[in-house]
Amino acid sequence: MFRGKLFGVFIAVFLVFLYAPTLLLPIFAFNDSSIVSFPLKGFTTEWFGVLRDTKPLHVAAKNSLFIALTSAFLATILGTLAARVASRYKFPGKQAAIGFIMVPMVLPEIIIGVSLLVVIIQMGMSLSLWSIILGHVLICTPFCIAILNGAFMNLDQSLEEASFDLGHSKLKTFWLITIPLVMPGLVSSMLISFTISLDEFIIAFFLAGTEPTLPVYIWGQLRFPAKLPSLMALGTILLVLSLFLLGLAEFFRRRGVKRTGQMNSGGFL
Amino acid sequence: MSNNAIIRLENITKFYGDFQALQETNTEIMRGEFFSLLGPSGCGKTTLLRTIAGFEHPSNGVVYIEDKPMTDVPANKRPTNMVFQSYAIFPHMSVEENVAYGLKARKLPKAQIAELVAEAIEMVGLKGFGKRASHALSGGQRQRVALARALVLKPKVLLLDEPLSALDKKMREQMQTELRRLQRAVGITFILVTHDQEEALTMSDRIAVMFDGEIAQIDTPQGLYKRPNSRRVAEFIGVMNFMSCEVIAHDTASLDVKVAGLGAVTVPKDQAPAGIVEGMKAAIRPEMLTILDTNEKSEFETAAKIDEVSYYGDMTYYEVRFDGHDENVTISMRNTAGRETLSTGDTARIGWGVESILLLP
Repeated sequence: MFRGKLFGVFIAVFLVFLYAPTLLLPIFAFNDSSIVSFPLKGFTTEWFGVLRDTKPLHVAAKNSLFIALTSAFLATILGTLAARVASRYKFPGKQAAIGFIMVPMVLPEIIIGVSLLVVIIQMGMSLSLWSIILGHVLICTPFCIAILNGAFMNLDQSLEEASFDLGHSKLKTFWLITIPLVMPGLVSSMLISFTISLDEFIIAFFLAGTEPTLPVYIWGQLRFPAKLPSLMALGTILLVLSLFLLGLAEFFRRRGVKRTGQMNSGGFL
Repeated sequence: MSNNAIIRLENITKFYGDFQALQETNTEIMRGEFFSLLGPSGCGKTTLLRTIAGFEHPSNGVVYIEDKPMTDVPANKRPTNMVFQSYAIFPHMSVEENVAYGLKARKLPKAQIAELVAEAIEMVGLKGFGKRASHALSGGQRQRVALARALVLKPKVLLLDEPLSALDKKMREQMQTELRRLQRAVGITFILVTHDQEEALTMSDRIAVMFDGEIAQIDTPQGLYKRPNSRRVAEFIGVMNFMSCEVIAHDTASLDVKVAGLGAVTVPKDQAPAGIVEGMKAAIRPEMLTILDTNEKSEFETAAKIDEVSYYGDMTYYEVRFDGHDENVTISMRNTAGRETLSTGDTARIGWGVESILLLP
């Protein structure tokens, strides 16, 4: 009953609702008018030039990149350790411990932001990029665990035993067998963390101190209507970059699946 | 201990919490023999194998390999290698890389590694497959890679954990012969874990039958089949008919027993357990009972009624009913030329000899 026409209409409406606003970004980024509204005036790349000449934007972008890369790296290391424990070892209180690590995934970010701010100030530390990294590692780690847990679960334990049995140490086994086989998971984990950190606003806003991240900077510029078209241009760049990263993640995942001869169980794309 | 033993298990026990996976085990495994651990799943055979490999630590007792205690020797330092049930072929490596993997840990020169790898790959019949990606191999080929990967290290003992269970029947039979041939060629001690009694019988020099974490009997395949030491072993290895019996008299040489369905028999002492065991049963293999042709004679004869006939081409299996025994008895007959196949409801004369009757506790 819900198949056929009605279902097709539903999908079409859903997709338009999902993607139409996003498509407005590139349209107005190339529109030759300082007012963001229809009808379109003409084609220009002026707004991208404005971006090139805005120095504070460059600083914010650099901050964001540094935070996102560092957070992705740290969260993936922590996620690897936790996922390894979750998939291999049994000890009392394991479920509870893993549960508590996963909670920040659903905890409102404003609560994390405010409480971290209070803690950092109470401890007499000053706000810096590292305080944002701290917050971002906290919210990214659960995602890393969720991704990596799957990767470790799929790893046949006898592969590691075989390596050990053939004379390699446990550490060597980890490098030669475990890491290569969970590599698709590691890449996905890094990319997801990177993406989450890059566009995270609330925690960064509370913990930023004097060095804003890109989302915080964009929010600050929204007060000036004249800046809106150049923000559209910035949004366009970020959109293309995100699509590129997503494609890259899928490429690595598929290559990993192919190389290890596993069944393709579906991915992002 | 005898000088020829390569592995000695001394008072080995294993507990997982309250569950005792291994009862106290004392056994020797000889140099160069094909030794099987046979038993139903959960009997502790894999635990025992993994204890020898060093993946499990016994709760008590010591594993000796060539008289050296292995208690503090981890699996990667033991002179044993394992072929895993799943084969555990490294999926991100080619056949050659898999086989070379253990040699790399030994830091041998590259040229020597290449030579040994080529040799091992040829030995298991995979010549020309060296560059093949390991995920592009069939089950039988994976098995061969696993064998080459372990044997290239020239271990003192090769441990095989149900290596044939994932193969189809035809491939399994082929690999049985091949494993046996390989073992003779390299002269390395093989310890095989299996739940398949036929597999154990055809390949092994000696078999340890395990139940509930305990070795019930260790003997050659023939010894196990002909002289099982308990009803449980007798039932697990092949088919065995059991009949209740009653001891009438006994002396130092023999027992006079009355067997349900067969009547009074004098059984020599070496076909009975030491001492008189309460509830002993008389046991006889299906092929030790013969359906006699009209003019055929036998030392002992009993009349029976044919209850069921299963025709297998080369063999016919009969379920027959003796007077005075309330369960069917299985008889297998080879369908030789001129022998008639009987049908349900016929009466037949069943011939048997005293030498094929065992009394089992």
